[in-house]
Formats: sequence, structure tokens, C-alpha cells
Amino acid sequence: MYEGVVQDLIDELGQLPGVGPKGAQRIAFYLLSADPIDVKRLAAVLVEVTERVKFCRVCFNVAEDDECRICKDVRRDPSVICVVEEPKDVAAIEKIREFRGRYHVLGGAISPIDGVGPDDLRIRELMTRLADGAVTEIILATDPNLEGEATATYLARLIKPIGLRVTRPASGLPVGGELEYADEVTLGRAFEGRRLVDV
Amino acid sequence: MGENGLVAIYRDDGIVLRTHKLGEADRIVTVLARKSGRIRAVAKGVRRTKSRFGARLEPFTHVDLLLYTGRSLDVITQAETLRPYGEQLAADYPRYTTGTAMLETAEKLTPVEKEPAMRQFLLLVGGLRALGEGGHDPRLVLDAFLLRSLAVAGYAPALEECAVCGTTALQAAPSGGLRAFGLASGGLTCQNCRAPGSATPALGTVALMVALLRGDWDHADASERRHQVECSGLTAAYLQWHLEHSIRSLKHVEHA
Repeated sequence: MYEGVVQDLIDELGQLPGVGPKGAQRIAFYLLSADPIDVKRLAAVLVEVTERVKFCRVCFNVAEDDECRICKDVRRDPSVICVVEEPKDVAAIEKIREFRGRYHVLGGAISPIDGVGPDDLRIRELMTRLADGAVTEIILATDPNLEGEATATYLARLIKPIGLRVTRPASGLPVGGELEYADEVTLGRAFEGRRLVDV
Repeated sequence: MGENGLVAIYRDDGIVLRTHKLGEADRIVTVLARKSGRIRAVAKGVRRTKSRFGARLEPFTHVDLLLYTGRSLDVITQAETLRPYGEQLAADYPRYTTGTAMLETAEKLTPVEKEPAMRQFLLLVGGLRALGEGGHDPRLVLDAFLLRSLAVAGYAPALEECAVCGTTALQAAPSGGLRAFGLASGGLTCQNCRAPGSATPALGTVALMVALLRGDWDHADASERRHQVECSGLTAAYLQWHLEHSIRSLKHVEHA
């Protein structure tokens, strides 16, 4: 136990994900020995992020205004919406620089065992976005795990009757991996989705 | 003890009940194992796309595991898929929600870690297989699983004699039969033992519950919808009363 404010700092740092009591102590003492200008800059950013960052009212990605920069960008294709679980998935897809459509962030995946049902996600908001007829394709890019697959199944069942094209990113062998280590489900999907080799 | 004499290594097969994220790329995996009962073990790096575990440690998968005993949690070193039930279930939303309720019930009925629960394990394997094969209505598969799980745990509802005084249906017939179903009483009761607030299920509902407990699928499959709905309600209420816990997945179960 340390005195007053130092212990407060350790306690607060210990609340962060992946930071245990020892780690919190180490970070606290690093901050105490660091250049005060650097620490003040970090504190200012922390305050700023809580004050300025909110969720985009259209897609629910993190944004600094009412709408995120992707929703505001007129060059993005409004006819394709890529549905993801979390804002960090938007960042992962943006990194590939292939997708030019827009996003919709659900805020998680359906997981009844954790008490998360369809009503706890932003599915109603997605359906409202589809109502104006501007969207022609929905890409269901939820995680390729059980909850993500079940969420995609639920959404496909909801969206397909509207007559939209519903797609899901391919699953299969990771580039740079070795075939013998692939599990049966992944390998099965890779064979199911095999493609012609153009030479 | 393992070959190095320091670490206890063991092998078991089981059904993955649920997973929790741990740190950057790990998961804590809860498994109902054949010999060891419910175990919680760490799967290191399983969330990375190039993990050697791949989809083997997803819920619903029947896996063959090699583990070593850790200080608080065991660690999974190898996993081989025996049967991936999740693949079929995730593609069918009503079956997925039904299966999730089965996993959660199995977890709640095995409160003590590493206490062997072979019969509960075999029930779960059988239930998931029946759910995956699609031969019966998922609602019936779930109720059969819940009723039999309760029976294995020692909470089988009395359906053929009074839960309080033991009067058989035949003996109770002149005074109105066994018509009251009390959660706290432990099943059907005669009119003399009827507890306040007991339900009065239809005869067809009671017959369906008996059929599901016994595994009489011809009877269960031919049962009327209204009896199936009443049976689900009674079974869920009875389960949650005896577990003293709510099964969160049950309210999300979607019936086809």
C-alpha cells in the first residue's frame, strides 16, 4: 500500500483490461519518473477522448462528430453495408483498403449464455437503415466464431426476405500457415469455398 | 504425474460449454469432460487467426484434450475435434439458442469443478447429437434434456405418484387424481397434498413429460402443440426453482 494519490493511481490503472496489481504498480512508477510534459499530454488526451469521442448516429462507429468520417465521406459507396461487431473491426477492415462501402457496428454478438439477445444489439437501427432502398448488399462480417456465425445466421434470415444480396467473408486457411495444423471445420470451409486457379 | 515428475498431465474428452476472453489472445475454456467433470482451462493464443487450436475449442465441440494442471487453472496443450456440433447449430438459429440453453444447464448442474459427472456428460452428448440430427422438434429435445438432467441431479419431478405422500395415480383416482403440479412439492400431488399456487397441467402435458423422461419419442413426437408449450413452461420453471439460478439462455430460446 502506498500513500494517498499514488495508491489511487495504482488502483485506477488496475481497472484497465489486462493490467494486474503488479502491472499497475509498474506503470504508476513509470509515470512518476517520466517527463511531466509527457504525462500531462497523456492526461490531456484521456480527458479529450472522453469529452469528444461519441458513437456515430448512423453506423455506431466511434466518431468525433455526430457522424463518423466514413459516413460523412461522399465517395464511399452507400449501396453496400458491412456489418461488424465492434468499432475495432472497422479499423481492421479499413486497413486492407479494399472495401469502399459503409459500415454498421452491432455492438457485440448474440450470446444467449451471456444474456445477450438480438434486442441488445443495434439490429433495429440496421433494419431502419435498409428501409430507404438505397442499400443493395449487406456483408455480414461478424467474427468467424460460434456467436458471430449465429449472429450472421439471424441477420441473414431477417434481411434476405427484403431481397438484398447478403454475403459473408470467406473462411479458410490462413496465409502463411501450414495445412496439417488446420482444424477440421476451417479445412472443411476452405474446401467448400475453393476457387478455380487462373493461369 | 507426468514424465518430468513435476507437472501433472492428463487427457480427457469433453464438450466445450463456454469460453471467456483472457488477456490479449487467450481464452478460458469451460469443458464438461467425460472423466473429470467440469473443468476450466486456459487455451493460449486461441484467438489468433493462426492458432493451432483453430475452431476446435468453440462451444458445442466435442474435443479430445491433453492438459496440464496449473496452479489455479489447467492449461490445454493439445486439442483434437471428435465432433463439431456447433457448425450445424450456428446455421440454424432456433437450434443454436436451444443448444445454448443445454450448455448453460449442464454448467449450472455441475457446480463443483473436477467432480466427475459422467451421466450428465453422456446426456449432453446425446442431447446435442439429437439436436444436430434434426429428427425431433428442438423444443422437445431441450425439454427431454432438462428433465433427464434434473433426474440425474436427483431432482426428477414426481409424475406417477404424489410427490408428498406417495399415493399412486390409481389410488388417487377416486378423489380427483394427481392433477396439481407444485414446484416446491417436487412434481404432481394429490388433491390432499396440493400446495397453494400449484399449476393444473393438462393430462396430455403430464403424459408428454413422462414420455420425455423415459425417452418414448414416438409419443413425444405425436404430442399436441399446446401440450408441448405447457410442458416447456413447467419444465423451465421447475428447473430454475431447483437450481436456485435463472438459466439466462432460456429466455432467448426461439421456437421454430
